[in-house]
Amino acid sequence: MSTLANVMRPKWLTMLARVRQERARGGRGKMLVLGFVGLAFWLAVFGVLYRVLSYFRGVEEIGPLLAGKLLGLTMLSFLAILLLSNIITALSSYFLAKDLDLLVSSPVDWLHIYLAKLGETMLHSSWMVALMAVPILTAYGVIYDGGWLFAPYAIVVLAPTLIIPATIGSAITLILVNVFPARRTRDLLSVITIAAAGILVLLFRIIRPEQLARPEGFRNLLDFITVLRTPTSPLLPSEWATNGIMGYLVGPFDGLSLIMLWTTCAAFLVLGAALHYRLYPAGFTKAQEGADRFVRGWIWRVLLTPVARLLSVTKRELIIKDIKLFFRDTTQWSQLILLAVLVVIYLFNIKALPLFSGERVPFFFVTLISFLNLGLAGFVLASIAARFIFPAISLEGRQMWLLRSSPLDLRALMWAKYWMGTIPLLILALLITVLTNVLLKTTMFMMVVSVGTIIVLTLAIGAMALGFGALYPQFETENAAQIPTSFGGLVFMMTTIALLALVIVIEAIPVYGYLQATFSGQPVEINAVMIGAFALVLLICALATAIPLWVGLRRMEAFEF
Amino acid sequence: MIRLEHLTKRFGGFTAVDDIELHVPRGKVFGFLGPNGAGKTTTLRMIAGILRPTAGRIWLGGDDLIERPMAAKHRLGFIPDRPFMYEKLTGSEFLRFVAGLYGQDGTAVEKRIDELLDLFELTVWKDKLIEAYSHGMRQKLIISSALVHRPELIVVDEPMVGLDPRGTRLLKSIFRHFVDRGGTVLMSTHTLEVAEAMCDGIAIIQAGKIVAHGTMRELRQQTKSGNASLEELFLKLTGGSTERELAAILEN
Repeated sequence: MSTLANVMRPKWLTMLARVRQERARGGRGKMLVLGFVGLAFWLAVFGVLYRVLSYFRGVEEIGPLLAGKLLGLTMLSFLAILLLSNIITALSSYFLAKDLDLLVSSPVDWLHIYLAKLGETMLHSSWMVALMAVPILTAYGVIYDGGWLFAPYAIVVLAPTLIIPATIGSAITLILVNVFPARRTRDLLSVITIAAAGILVLLFRIIRPEQLARPEGFRNLLDFITVLRTPTSPLLPSEWATNGIMGYLVGPFDGLSLIMLWTTCAAFLVLGAALHYRLYPAGFTKAQEGADRFVRGWIWRVLLTPVARLLSVTKRELIIKDIKLFFRDTTQWSQLILLAVLVVIYLFNIKALPLFSGERVPFFFVTLISFLNLGLAGFVLASIAARFIFPAISLEGRQMWLLRSSPLDLRALMWAKYWMGTIPLLILALLITVLTNVLLKTTMFMMVVSVGTIIVLTLAIGAMALGFGALYPQFETENAAQIPTSFGGLVFMMTTIALLALVIVIEAIPVYGYLQATFSGQPVEINAVMIGAFALVLLICALATAIPLWVGLRRMEAFEF
Repeated sequence: MIRLEHLTKRFGGFTAVDDIELHVPRGKVFGFLGPNGAGKTTTLRMIAGILRPTAGRIWLGGDDLIERPMAAKHRLGFIPDRPFMYEKLTGSEFLRFVAGLYGQDGTAVEKRIDELLDLFELTVWKDKLIEAYSHGMRQKLIISSALVHRPELIVVDEPMVGLDPRGTRLLKSIFRHFVDRGGTVLMSTHTLEVAEAMCDGIAIIQAGKIVAHGTMRELRQQTKSGNASLEELFLKLTGGSTERELAAILEN
């Protein structure tokens, strides 16, 4: 057995063992749910793209150009995502992974370490993009009659598109680690990456791409075609991959792009290996240095003590501890940047709605949108809860020896975690709902309905996130960002969506009654149906708050470590 | 101080601890020895309230751990074998947090934290995040955390791992002072010299069952071993490899 295969073998065996464990735990149902959700997502992507490409195909002359442009943009975004994600992943796999001490101290050739870790980095950072590419390329293949040979051809094109960012990402990380200590680099990178991603998304939304699609923006067809024919980024592998694929599908076949892809890939591999040979030993040594940090914890104490004084000592210490851990962990607080971007885009989208362009204020649409906005806001809150509240119990896993051996009442822990997560969520929920309603200029009735509903929904969402987090804990995972993407996170999201749908359906009855009355100029009547519907929503949300917390608490009491 | 009655722990079909009975009297250092995988850590984690017994009872100073867990745990300080802590807290913050778990705060706790950090020579590190601590420093901090709320009983799994000779000596002296003032220590260790020198009583567990317990003298009598050392007694009771077998393995 070659040494490279031997170096990679433990990872492979670990993966197999995990699959076997999952099967032994009766994970078949889990696999089925995951498979179903994955397939539904694939079909949705395929379906949307199929329709778009069918339309493009029907357009003379510019059809293939538009399809190519779309693929080019997709490939360019893939390249950007891959580069960022490879830089982050390379830091863990080359410098922070637990198997490195063994590998570096063993007589393993440096090139084998480089290649094994490159493979690991690429796999961890590219699997999602690779999976996403399947329905996209399938849609292209089907619409442009690529035939069965298109599948292996697409792999030949896609492989270097994945390898190139992995080599570049690893090289950038290698250089950074030689400049900063590894743990500092991780902090720095996570903030830069998230801020970059946030700014990109924000810019993309604020330039309002929907306006560019208006044909009156171009003077004539020739201008339009000229713009489409101009390559977006001729020196980037994403452009070569696009040309390679579109050349195969609509002709003429572009062999040069394929050669460019593979030769660049080979060149970067060689350069990456050479850089690794020169810089890795020094970088690895530097990565062992601790990120020495003096912390002045008194600031938190001064800020929090007046509020926390009302609580028992245990609850106060639990809350202060959680706040400190959150704001000292860059991978945690940096997510707030994305959250801020999300809220800004959300409000921007509401503001950008073409509702107030006409002379008469469209009362019906405003009410309908402000009502449906509840569901959307609920979904956004659920995603935030999945990211911040769902992992709360899992993150205690390694320290559970301390919590369980102390006389801590688990209800106090649950209580502290619940309010720690739910209060900020509630503030955000109210902010989003009130601001969108103000932007939409809704009536007082709708304002009261939305604010009341979002409060009870948020209390339920927070409880469900915590309860499902306790039901499906991920004690082995150290990275909080990975926890929401687990099976339990998926179950939580599906259950929350079901709750949102139920609440919207029930509230549709009184809202419809209100609309009808207002439209026909009659006074709004508060009748038994209206009161009954709101009482039912209140009851459902109360149950959705109490049951998950109770089940989560029972589950926590049964935890063994 | 500690009484185990018919204590059993099963993981699926595997019995890790099999119907054990043990009494650790107040004011004693008691050693809990056994080969790897014998059930030491499982027993200690049950006593600490982290694992729930499949059967049997655990009494800590007159309180049943299952019936009155809060009262029983108030008496206890637990030191695990693997020092997992909140990496983003400082040493002093961690100790303050642990005291809070026992409902203690205020100037008395602050004074106690300073004393403990000073005792374990961690004062200069008190405002640094735990992620920057070495293994030995973490071990010292965990030991401090087990003492911060002034327990009556310390249950400790492999206390000497990672400690430097000064730290080891300090710990021995702390345990001795602790029992002299009426405290009780139950510790598992593989360092038999330490156990022989420190422990007033010893229990040896193998394959989930206690095969011998008592003072050194009682153990020698039980095994008819004359003046044998604890190491010899241990190997005799647990069937360790002979030196000749070891030499054969190393040569091959």
